[in-house]
Amino acid sequence: MPRQTPSQTVGPFFAYGLTPGQYGYGHADVAGPVLRDGTTPGEAIRIEGCIYDGAGKTVPDAVVEIWQADGQGRYASQAAAAGANTAFTGFGRCGTGTLPGDMFVFETVKPGAPGDGQAPHATLVLFMRGLLTHLFTRIYFSDDAALHTTDPVLAAVPDARRHTLVAQRRDTPQGPVYRFDIHMQGERETVFLDI
Amino acid sequence: MTAFSPRDWSAHPPLVHPDYGSTVLRGPGQPPVKVPATASERTGPVFGGASIGSLDADLTRNGRVNGEPLGERIIVCGRVSDEAGRPVAGALVELWQCNAAGRYIHRTDQHDAPLDPNFFGAGRCVTDGEGRYRFLTIRPGAYPWGNHHNAWRPAHIHFSLFGASIVSRLVTQMYFPGDPLLPLDPIFNGVPEGARDRLVARFDLDVTEPGFALGYVFDIVLRGPAQTPME
Repeated sequence: MPRQTPSQTVGPFFAYGLTPGQYGYGHADVAGPVLRDGTTPGEAIRIEGCIYDGAGKTVPDAVVEIWQADGQGRYASQAAAAGANTAFTGFGRCGTGTLPGDMFVFETVKPGAPGDGQAPHATLVLFMRGLLTHLFTRIYFSDDAALHTTDPVLAAVPDARRHTLVAQRRDTPQGPVYRFDIHMQGERETVFLDI
Repeated sequence: MTAFSPRDWSAHPPLVHPDYGSTVLRGPGQPPVKVPATASERTGPVFGGASIGSLDADLTRNGRVNGEPLGERIIVCGRVSDEAGRPVAGALVELWQCNAAGRYIHRTDQHDAPLDPNFFGAGRCVTDGEGRYRFLTIRPGAYPWGNHHNAWRPAHIHFSLFGASIVSRLVTQMYFPGDPLLPLDPIFNGVPEGARDRLVARFDLDVTEPGFALGYVFDIVLRGPAQTPME
């Protein structure tokens, strides 16, 4: 039987390959930081954050991807049980090398609950120089705290670390912003998921 | 619903691999937490042919300004499958690399080697119904890096792939057979020994086009639906 091809680091020089539009290389992106348009079902939100290494320094050469359902809990993929919404790709990609403070930002909609008893969330995939194998985690939303108590994935995460998966909401004149910082190491280390 | 095969940790490099110095502060200290699979893991983004431009798979043309890029033309092709050998059709394959002199067009690459005005170094394609992809490019050069004294990366091409679900996601690097730098490279050697050769393309005379370009085959295996349905 064929065996899985091993992972390797994305390296420091991915920008013109994976995010050429965002970084100004004059080629089109297959996906970028903006997931929604005016017709996407759901509440328009921004998700933003930084990645901190083990010394507390922000990481300027990571690429972050998110995969999420639309505001009604539907994934674009036809495999989704809740019914497909193929107009919403549900996929975003943002490098941390173009914004002040090494931030990543997604302009999207707040996902709906996608079934299986889950609270609303987005899957996050993280690549960077110095990471030989990409990491998965999830972004949950602070205003859904009541739903977090019954979420099957959060239930598998140790109590004391669950808060690392919850983005904090603040309401701004431009709309709701959720803050999701990622800590690679230390007391606040983000929980990464073996999915 | 069908579950996906788990990540094969005997194939992938560890999260902290001190020979590759940057992993020491960037790899997480705690192992990933095993969680149940849900609809969110059984689905993934879909990229159609609309994502692809007509020159996107031809790196000898997609960066031309006033002539042909310098270096040795090569064909890089292969088949994307899952662990049961089933083809992954419609998979987005993205690729990027340095030029023949070992220089990336990326703005922060400081290596003292020339840029090629006619070479961009990135491309993409979508696999066909049999999971096949094919790129025409220039063989990348080796280049030095700061990991340790006299450190050089073996020639390589970066690959990014999407499979049947988000858990199939893979970013990797393809290497060339017989490269004397391979035994010295901490990134390549971060892969468990028994799995390293999966990252080395093979030269193929049938893929090679007479009078035009050498051919290399790099087959890629992604996580797919488990053969035994779960639940």
